[in-house]
Amino acid sequence: MTAGGGALRGVWRASSGRAGLAFLLFLVLLALAGPLFLPDPFRQFGLLELADARPSAEHPFGTDQLSRDVLSRVVSGARVSLAVAALAVALSVTLGAGVGLVAGYLGGAVDGVLMRLVDGALAVPRLFLLLLVLAVPERVPLVALIVLIGATGWFATSRLVRAEVLRIREEAYVRAAEALGASRRRIIFRHLLVNTAGPLLVTATLGVGDVILLEAGLSFLGLGVQPPTPSWGGMILDARSVLVTAPWVGIFPGIAITLTVLATNLVGDALRDVLDPRGA
Amino acid sequence: MGRWLLRRTVQAAVTLAVAVVLLFLLMHVLPGDPLSRLEEGRPLTAAQTEALRARYGLDRPLLSQLGTFLSGLARGDLGTSIEYGRPVSTLIVERLPATLLLGGSVLLLNFTVGLWLGVRQAVRKGSTEDRWLTTLSLAGYATPSFWLGLVLAWLVGIEWRLLPPAGMRDPLAESGFLATAGDLLRHLVLPALTLSVVSIAGTMRYQRDAMLETLRLPYIVTARAKGLSEERVTWRHAWRNALFPVLTLFGLWLPVLVTGSVFVEAVFAWPGLGSLAAAAVGNRDYPLLMGATVLVAVIVVGANLLTDLAYAALDPRVRLT
Repeated sequence: MTAGGGALRGVWRASSGRAGLAFLLFLVLLALAGPLFLPDPFRQFGLLELADARPSAEHPFGTDQLSRDVLSRVVSGARVSLAVAALAVALSVTLGAGVGLVAGYLGGAVDGVLMRLVDGALAVPRLFLLLLVLAVPERVPLVALIVLIGATGWFATSRLVRAEVLRIREEAYVRAAEALGASRRRIIFRHLLVNTAGPLLVTATLGVGDVILLEAGLSFLGLGVQPPTPSWGGMILDARSVLVTAPWVGIFPGIAITLTVLATNLVGDALRDVLDPRGA
Repeated sequence: MGRWLLRRTVQAAVTLAVAVVLLFLLMHVLPGDPLSRLEEGRPLTAAQTEALRARYGLDRPLLSQLGTFLSGLARGDLGTSIEYGRPVSTLIVERLPATLLLGGSVLLLNFTVGLWLGVRQAVRKGSTEDRWLTTLSLAGYATPSFWLGLVLAWLVGIEWRLLPPAGMRDPLAESGFLATAGDLLRHLVLPALTLSVVSIAGTMRYQRDAMLETLRLPYIVTARAKGLSEERVTWRHAWRNALFPVLTLFGLWLPVLVTGSVFVEAVFAWPGLGSLAAAAVGNRDYPLLMGATVLVAVIVVGANLLTDLAYAALDPRVRLT
């Protein structure tokens, strides 16, 4: 992965990209190592004396209404948010690349039908698609949530990949490969897919930020990650009722969301500057 | 122009039809039916459940339900709300003015403050101000609207008592047009501000990029060489052309606004469509949720169509493609 390494170095050279990357690294390390030095996020420290306690040396972010440590919950919320976002984006990028490749390479009726479907799906904001699916069933397990978020996020990606494929397949080197008798599979994987990897990587990075916001929003509406699993959006939902008496319960998860999404977007922007100098 | 117009309109109609069918199928893709959630905590007998299922047509095959839904839709009938027991279309029409007021204010803020800031950034590209504005707008974009709304309601509304933290009008406010309008305006500030902060980044960025693109062109050099003031070059010569690409952004930007308004309206108890949709989610009122979603699709497709038409009217080159 020399190309990937080069892109990473390029991101690191831009000051905003470096800030974003450093924060994300810090967050991932914290999410992984947090349990070693933080209290159990489910532990209740005393419902009577330690509910909604102010931030202190013992509990730097305070405690929530069930007397659980807010810092621990923010850190384990990071694990949930990052995992959901990474897996959902991996799914939607794969789907988008697949559909885009098929539509762009085959063209004709297949392309026509696929793109009409994508047009229709793009007419409805992603949140509403998810609300409709999630409002019906009794209880949505985390895996299903990830699959559904991923399955509603590939439409724009498929458009992007299709456009790239249409452009690249006219290039001389693809024509030459075809003339040399390269198989369809070789053309698709060796030439088309590899050359769309740059834009796909940018889309994926920016997509992580979008999914973190989306998952937080769904959890805030009670449709996302289900309690007692800690999630940033769910914590803000819980904090609503104690907004006035214990604002710290809701403020810290919100800051965590904002910083994380900002960091991924900074990395995504820096990545775009490196991989696609035209758009800079 | 005539043929282009027809083709573009047919295309929009097809998109909308596909969207509606997709939405209907999506609702039925997961196991469990909409009424099962309704039964939670309500002592319904088996016969009552059956009657309810028959009333909402849930006992019929999927295709037949889709047929009923589509033919209702064609007549403007979106079904009956489970929670309110009233036609969904009536509920939506009642809530529309509040949403239009909020959305219109946000639009106004975006297309005045947002465009102005974007132009400033382009003119001072690379300056400290440019970098700070970029970071700030990105931070706004990264902020969850519901959280920002809650924080503002708490800080400005409750701690500082500067503005009302929720609702659209104060029942104790004085009567008279001016007092009512003032009261409405005071309630509007926080939700409109929240929604603008989270949506302005896109406007600023597109305006900045379009402006940078334009400032590079030879006619700008000519204008400067003629000795025109920098102010005049920026606004009269460059901005007029740099506004074009930003207009096409409208169709992309609208879904962001609609999504944000669900959260912001819910947090500020603003009696519009967004809070209606959020309540429909909470109540598992699926005909209402479906109706609101179909309306959103109509708005998005309609806005895209209008943007294209406006663009074609302004720029004849578009019609040729």
